[in-house]
Amino acid sequence: MAERFAPGDRVVVRLDDPRGHTRAPRYVRGRHGVVVEVHGEHSLPDAVVARGDATPEPVYAVRFDAVELWGAGGHGVTVNLWQSYLQPDEVTA
Amino acid sequence: MSADHGDGALAARVRRAETLLEERGVVDGAELDAILDRYLATGSPANGARVVARAWTDAGFRDRLLADANAAVTELGFRAGGLQPTLLRAVANTAEVHNVVVCTLCSCYPIALLGPSPSWYKSEAYRSRVVRDPRSVLAEFGLTLPDTVRVEVWDASAETRYLVVPRRPDGTDHLDDDKLAALVTRNGLIGTAAV
Repeated sequence: MAERFAPGDRVVVRLDDPRGHTRAPRYVRGRHGVVVEVHGEHSLPDAVVARGDATPEPVYAVRFDAVELWGAGGHGVTVNLWQSYLQPDEVTA
Repeated sequence: MSADHGDGALAARVRRAETLLEERGVVDGAELDAILDRYLATGSPANGARVVARAWTDAGFRDRLLADANAAVTELGFRAGGLQPTLLRAVANTAEVHNVVVCTLCSCYPIALLGPSPSWYKSEAYRSRVVRDPRSVLAEFGLTLPDTVRVEVWDASAETRYLVVPRRPDGTDHLDDDKLAALVTRNGLIGTAAV
């Protein structure tokens, strides 16, 4: 699957609340971050569990400022997220 | 979620599935045991410590490690992954940045280079707190960082595994790789200690 994002791109994590398995941590859903690295292609766990679909897709390292996640803090948190979890951040792009 | 690693019902299901696979000839129980034994016997924090010591004494290796850790660790005879392919990412501490690793979803950990993870790494307290207030968590581990050092937390929420390269302690210029490796702790490789 083609890479939709590149390092430096601003993204927002989809605010989904799926009924089944997902590996989009709840604490970053709906939060704005920046793609810092591309970490290869891997099967999307949601699709593997839901319908046995192991199609690989790009996974990114996305960095969030602590303030964006928690409203406070000077640290950064970098989370690995599958492409399907991400949308372009068009508001601040 | 996968917080319940000690879940007896889940363990029973896994055993049942394994039994069925063995009965139908899909897998061989002895073969599975051999794979797991080999994997756990070779995984140790001493491996990660040797990688760090080499990074301290060989700037070229350090550059290769930070650019492509999977390839770099093979120079020392290690493998980044174990039972499944793993992207290994080494993150280096500097005078400005301190890195710390967590898996908020479960307990993902670079077993091949660090061995089995410590119990606290799998605790909900560590996993939930270190992403929110890492300075306080690190202080509880005995690591108080100056305000000038920024903390970067790496959440191994997918298929990447992280290894922290601590800063080389002062006054160690005369030490060889073996003695340097002996200074590196498991917590240092996770980022909950300075070294």
